[in-house]
Amino acid sequence: MKLKNKWPKYYKKDVSTHYCPGCGHGVVHRLVAEVLEELDLGKRAICVNPAGCAVLAYKYFDIDVIESAHGRGTAIATGVKRAKPELFVFTYQGDGDLSAIGTAETIHSANRGENICVVFINNAVYGMTGGQMAPTTLLTQKTTTSPGGRDPQFDGYPLHITDVVAQFPGVTYAERVAVNSPAAVLKTKKAIRTAFQVQVDGLGYSIIEVLSPCPTNWKMSSIASHKWIDEVMSKEFPLGVLADRRKRG
Amino acid sequence: MNKVFMSGNHAFAEAAIRAGCKCYFGYPITPQNELGEYMAGNIRNAGGVFIQSESETAAINMLIGASATGVRSMTSSSSPGISLKQEGISFLAGFELPAVIVNVMRGGPGLGNIAPAQGDYFQATRGGGHGDYRTPVFAPASVQEIADLTRKAFDVADKYRTPVMILGDGMMGQMKEPVVFPDKIEDTVEKEWALKGRGNGNSRYLASLILDTSEMERHNWKLYRKYQEIEANEVSYESYMVDDADVVAIAYGTTARIAKGAIKRVRKDGIKVGLIRPITLWPFPSKIIKDIAQRVRKLIVFEMSTGQMVEDVRLAVEGSVDIHFHGRPGGVIPTPVEFARIMYREYQKQKKGSL
Repeated sequence: MKLKNKWPKYYKKDVSTHYCPGCGHGVVHRLVAEVLEELDLGKRAICVNPAGCAVLAYKYFDIDVIESAHGRGTAIATGVKRAKPELFVFTYQGDGDLSAIGTAETIHSANRGENICVVFINNAVYGMTGGQMAPTTLLTQKTTTSPGGRDPQFDGYPLHITDVVAQFPGVTYAERVAVNSPAAVLKTKKAIRTAFQVQVDGLGYSIIEVLSPCPTNWKMSSIASHKWIDEVMSKEFPLGVLADRRKRG
Repeated sequence: MNKVFMSGNHAFAEAAIRAGCKCYFGYPITPQNELGEYMAGNIRNAGGVFIQSESETAAINMLIGASATGVRSMTSSSSPGISLKQEGISFLAGFELPAVIVNVMRGGPGLGNIAPAQGDYFQATRGGGHGDYRTPVFAPASVQEIADLTRKAFDVADKYRTPVMILGDGMMGQMKEPVVFPDKIEDTVEKEWALKGRGNGNSRYLASLILDTSEMERHNWKLYRKYQEIEANEVSYESYMVDDADVVAIAYGTTARIAKGAIKRVRKDGIKVGLIRPITLWPFPSKIIKDIAQRVRKLIVFEMSTGQMVEDVRLAVEGSVDIHFHGRPGGVIPTPVEFARIMYREYQKQKKGSL
């Protein structure tokens, strides 16, 4: 079999990313770019990038991008989509951005059933700022601000934000996936494709949570971090479809 | 359009719709609730967008999204809510996006109260949020001027690609006056910078993150040159009975109206007081105030605060004339009689001083 490297149309050529070796962002970026191409959305797409590791996403996606202040992605996406409903609008956000500082924006954009897509990277830490505890940090997980491991007595519990918004009637599709194996990557692509199609069909809000490795801040090898997603992280955050209301009405 | 009788808050909204504003995002807060309520029905009926957001922060960020697509957009609030919007206003300045933000000021700090006040002058005229930027600030003193300045605010915002603030107060928002609105226009100006999806062209982005320090410095100087241009072109003020005045009062918004009432009183007794009413608070009408300082004996600055605009007056006159400040903070509305008393006293003092 002859393998052919096909470069996604909406991913910039000749750029190397700033992401660390083993990081999941690059994989998800590529999947997003592939789906934009396959659904022919790139020409009318607007990405809202976060504050966090993906703050430089506009250097990689070859589509129009607007940066958001930390956590405000879905509010900005709401403004873009309401002003110009013909545009395809998605946010790309991390766990600190989406489920800590941006919790209100996340919950209310979902509850309004905005016709936008959210790509949510959950790597259980604040990556860009150097590995602090995130809302999604697991119990006993060590971070720079939970040096003894996350202790619920002081730090509370891992926040399942996607499960929360999946309860809302305004949320049409919610799925949790991972990118720690070739099979998982294919599933993630399918989930992103489903979510993007929901918006194209005018069906409302969709969110795809991706359990994504952060070997640098987890202080693990790339292989060990893939294993950790399987053996530890996905026990706390089980994979699967959390809401599917595409067939209603 | 015929003359109508309308509250200031409704006039802000109607004038915005007539200026081609397509999107309004806001959160309830007194004393400006009527603005959002008016929008809820009327902007949607006009084919526009109204969202009652979950917070002031969300509202200003929705505005960022809408403005990024090139659509005329507005948000409004009162003092505590404007504090919450400052993050977004800083981003608007960094992105160079047009926006109109109405602040119907109330007493502060903190929750303060819901009475008219002018305690947000520093916040409005110094940028307000983080970083090195300014926003043009308009200060209406009547419902008619609310209508006129709201139209102008959209034009200035588009012309310079900058957020513009209209600084009213609870009195301006709540009081009803006759007003004639300008004709409705559609915002059809093509904004080449707007994000519309790349289409067949090159992809573009809006980012305020500029990690390279020399590039960030260039961006800051670029913004500064824009602010210099605004300072050169957009200064606006009203001059009232200044020509023969020995003492000139300086006041804006509601306070200026009260000062006018006081001037009418004292003039009856031959006390020659005039008024300079800044209509733009930034850029501040420094030049006219500096010129007047050369030929009058005293300036009296009236504010519904403990003294904020008075600092700009001091900067303008550079110590060349005596300045008396009289302020009523905390939501207390002064009366023309009170201002007249100050005018009599300060006028007599300067007269004695001249002997």
